[in-house]
Amino acid sequence: MVKVTFPHMGHMWLCVKAMLEYLGVAVVIPPPSSKRTLALGARYGPEFACLPLKLNLGNFIEASALGADTILMAGGCGPCRFGYYAQVEHAILRDLGYRYELVVLEPPERHVGQLLSRIKTITGNNSWKRVYRGIKLGYQKIRAVDELEREAHRLRPREIVPGSTDRAFQEALKEIERAADLEELAAARGRAGETMRSVRIEERDVLRIGIVGEIFTLLEPFANLDIERRLGRMGVEVDRSIYLSEWVNDHMLFGLIKGLRSRRDACQAARPYLKHFVGGHGQETVGSAVLYARAGYDGVIHLLPFTCMPEIVAQSILPVVSAEMDIPVLSLTVDEQTGEAGLMTRLEAFVDLLERKRARKNVEGRICFG
Amino acid sequence: MVKGLCLMGSKVGIPRALLYYYYFPMWRTFFEELGAEVVVSGPSTKSVLNQGVQLAVEDACLPVKLAFGHIAGLARKVDYLFLPRLVSVASREYICPKFLGFPDMVRQTVPHLPPVIDVDVNLYRRNKYLFSAFKEAGKFFTASAARVYLAYRQGLAVLKEYQKLLEAGFMPEEAMNLLTKAAGKKRSPAAFPLSGRSSGQMILAGEEKPMVAVVGHPYNIYDSFISMNILRRLQQAGVKVITADQVPEPVVRAEAAALPKRLFWTLSQRMIGAAFYFLHAGRVQGLLHVTSFGCGPDSMTGELINRRARAAGAVPLLNLVLDEHSGEAGVFTRLEAFLDMVCFRGGKFQEA
Ligand code: SF4
Ligand code: SF4
Repeated sequence: MVKVTFPHMGHMWLCVKAMLEYLGVAVVIPPPSSKRTLALGARYGPEFACLPLKLNLGNFIEASALGADTILMAGGCGPCRFGYYAQVEHAILRDLGYRYELVVLEPPERHVGQLLSRIKTITGNNSWKRVYRGIKLGYQKIRAVDELEREAHRLRPREIVPGSTDRAFQEALKEIERAADLEELAAARGRAGETMRSVRIEERDVLRIGIVGEIFTLLEPFANLDIERRLGRMGVEVDRSIYLSEWVNDHMLFGLIKGLRSRRDACQAARPYLKHFVGGHGQETVGSAVLYARAGYDGVIHLLPFTCMPEIVAQSILPVVSAEMDIPVLSLTVDEQTGEAGLMTRLEAFVDLLERKRARKNVEGRICFG
Repeated sequence: MVKGLCLMGSKVGIPRALLYYYYFPMWRTFFEELGAEVVVSGPSTKSVLNQGVQLAVEDACLPVKLAFGHIAGLARKVDYLFLPRLVSVASREYICPKFLGFPDMVRQTVPHLPPVIDVDVNLYRRNKYLFSAFKEAGKFFTASAARVYLAYRQGLAVLKEYQKLLEAGFMPEEAMNLLTKAAGKKRSPAAFPLSGRSSGQMILAGEEKPMVAVVGHPYNIYDSFISMNILRRLQQAGVKVITADQVPEPVVRAEAAALPKRLFWTLSQRMIGAAFYFLHAGRVQGLLHVTSFGCGPDSMTGELINRRARAAGAVPLLNLVLDEHSGEAGVFTRLEAFLDMVCFRGGKFQEA
C-alpha cells in the first residue's frame, strides 16, 4: 500500500491526515518543520528558490526516512513559482536517489474528470460518496482550526496567566485532531471551544496589527518565526489576511465553497494602488493593508520570503498605502538566514512606534474633544 | 490615466529595458505611424543603475531596478511614458509576476511621471487580443480607429522582420539598426533575403569556430552594461555566440515539451527549450546560463537546465549571476576558465 506524505503548511497536516485516513490511505506526516528541515532544503534546493520550496524539500526528505513513498501536492498554472514546485522538487529528489511517486492536484484544464482521476490514484476503491465525505471532514477540520486560531489571537494579549492561551490552544487542537468522522468532529468542536473559554482574561487596551503577505509564510509558524505568538505575548492582538480554509477553498477546492471572506474584497480595495493581479497573493496583500487601515488597525506587518515575486510587487507599493492611509507598515523578508534576535528587535521597535502613535492620537483626541 | 487627444509630435518615452529588446521596433513603428515622436532612454550606465537602485525596493531583481533607473531618466523629458502591462504574450502563459505589476510599481515609486500609457497586453486566453492593447494606446493619439489599425498592422510587419533578423543571429541593437536603415529606403520584407527556417539545423552550421550558447533573459544578455558585454567579449575571444533567440519557435516548443509539465513562463520556456536543444545539438561546446540575482523564474528553470546538463554530461555549463555588485574581474576570471574548458585553447580571453 502506498504511504502518502505532503508538505507542511501550518496546521494543514491535520486536515489532510483526517481526510486521507478516513479513506483508508496510509499517511506519513513529516516531522514538524525545523532548522534541520530548512538546512536540508537549502542544501539541495536552488539558491534563489523561495523559502517554501526549500522547506517542502526538507519535509519530503525527512518523510522519506519515515517510509513515505508518494507525494501529494497542489499544482497551479502560474504566474508565480508555486505552480511548478512539485515538478522541480520531484526532479531534485529523484537525482538524490529518493523514489517518490508524485501526485499533483492541478486545476482541471479541460474538464473536472482529469482532477477526479488524479484523486482516484490516491483514494483507490473508495466510492465517490465516501471521498466526498472525506474531503468534507478534512475541510470542516480546518474551519475548526481557523476558529481556534482566531480565538487564540484574541485571547493571547489579554490572558492573565502568561502562556495559558497557548496551552489551551494545543489542547483544543488535539481534540480536533482526534475526531475520526463528522459526528465526532461536531462534539470535538464543542469541547475545543470550552477549552478556549477556560482561559482567563481581562479587558485591556491592546494594539491591533494585521498580518499580510505570502500565504505559506503567514500560515507556517516555523517560517515566520512564530510571529503571531510573539506579538500576542507583547500584548498585541493580531489578525491574518488569509486563513487556511480560504486558501484550501481557492487552491484545492477551486473556489467551490461560497461565502468565505473572499479574495475579491481585498483585490477591490487594492485597485487604486495595484490594478492587476500579480500572482500569489500580491494584490490581496496590498488590498488587505488598505482594509486593515480602514478598520482602524494600528499597524500592518508584511511577511514575504526572499525573492518572492508577487510580494515584491506588493512591497514596492505598500509605502504609498502606508503614507496615504496613515498606517505604519513593517515589511519582513524571511529566508534561511533570518535570525530570531534580529526579528525581535524589529518587532519591538515597531510595537513601540505603534504605541507612541496611539498615545499621540489619544492626546490629540482629548485636546480636540475633551 | 489622462486620456484625450494629444497634439501631433508629442513625445512618447520608452525605457531601454525589459522587453524593449523584443518589442521595441513594433512599439516605435506604431507610435510614429500615429505621428508621435518616440524617445528611448540611453544605454544603461552605472548612474542609470544607481538611480534605479535608489528608487526600487531592495529585494527587487536587477532588471527591475535598472528599468526604474531608465524610467526616472526619461520621466521629465517626455509627454507620455509607454509602459504596457505585459500580462501574457502567448496563450496560457505569463512572463513574470513583476511584469504584471510593473506599471503600478513604477507609478507608486518613480517621481515626476508624465501620463503613463499602461495598456494591458494579455494574450492568455486568445492571441487575437493583441490588437485591443494597441487600440487603447492609439486612443491617446487619434480618434480614427482605422488609423490605429493601420499603425498596428505596420508595427506587426516590422516586428516580423525584426524577429527574422534575431533568428538569423543579429543581436537586437544590430537588428534595430538594420531596420532603421531599411526604413529609410523602403520598408519591405524583401529588404532582408532570409529564407524561412523551420528547423534549427542551419543556425548551427557555418564556420568551424568553437560555439558557445548564451541563455538568459533578453534584458540581461543584450544589455551590454549589465551583462558586462559578455556577448561581445566572447566574440572577441574567437568564439561564435548563439543565443536562445536564434532557435526557431517550433524547436523551442518541441524541446520544452520534454518537461513533466508545461512551463507557464514564456521567456523561461524559450530559455529552457533552447538550452535543452543546445545540450544535444552537437555543435555547441559550452552553455552559459546568465541570470540576475534573486530572479524567481530563473531559480526554477536554472535548476532544470543544470540537472539536464549534468545528466547529459557532454557540454560544460557555467552559471553567471549578475547583481549590482558583480565585479567584472571575478566574472572574467570565471569566463576565462570556462572558455579554457570549452575550447582547450592556448589563447587567452581578452579583458579589454
Ligand atoms: S508566492 Fe512567493 S513564496 Fe510563494 S511560491 Fe510564489 S514566489 Fe514563491
Ligand atoms: S523574470 Fe526574473 S529578472 Fe525578470 S522581472 Fe521576473 S524576477 Fe526579475
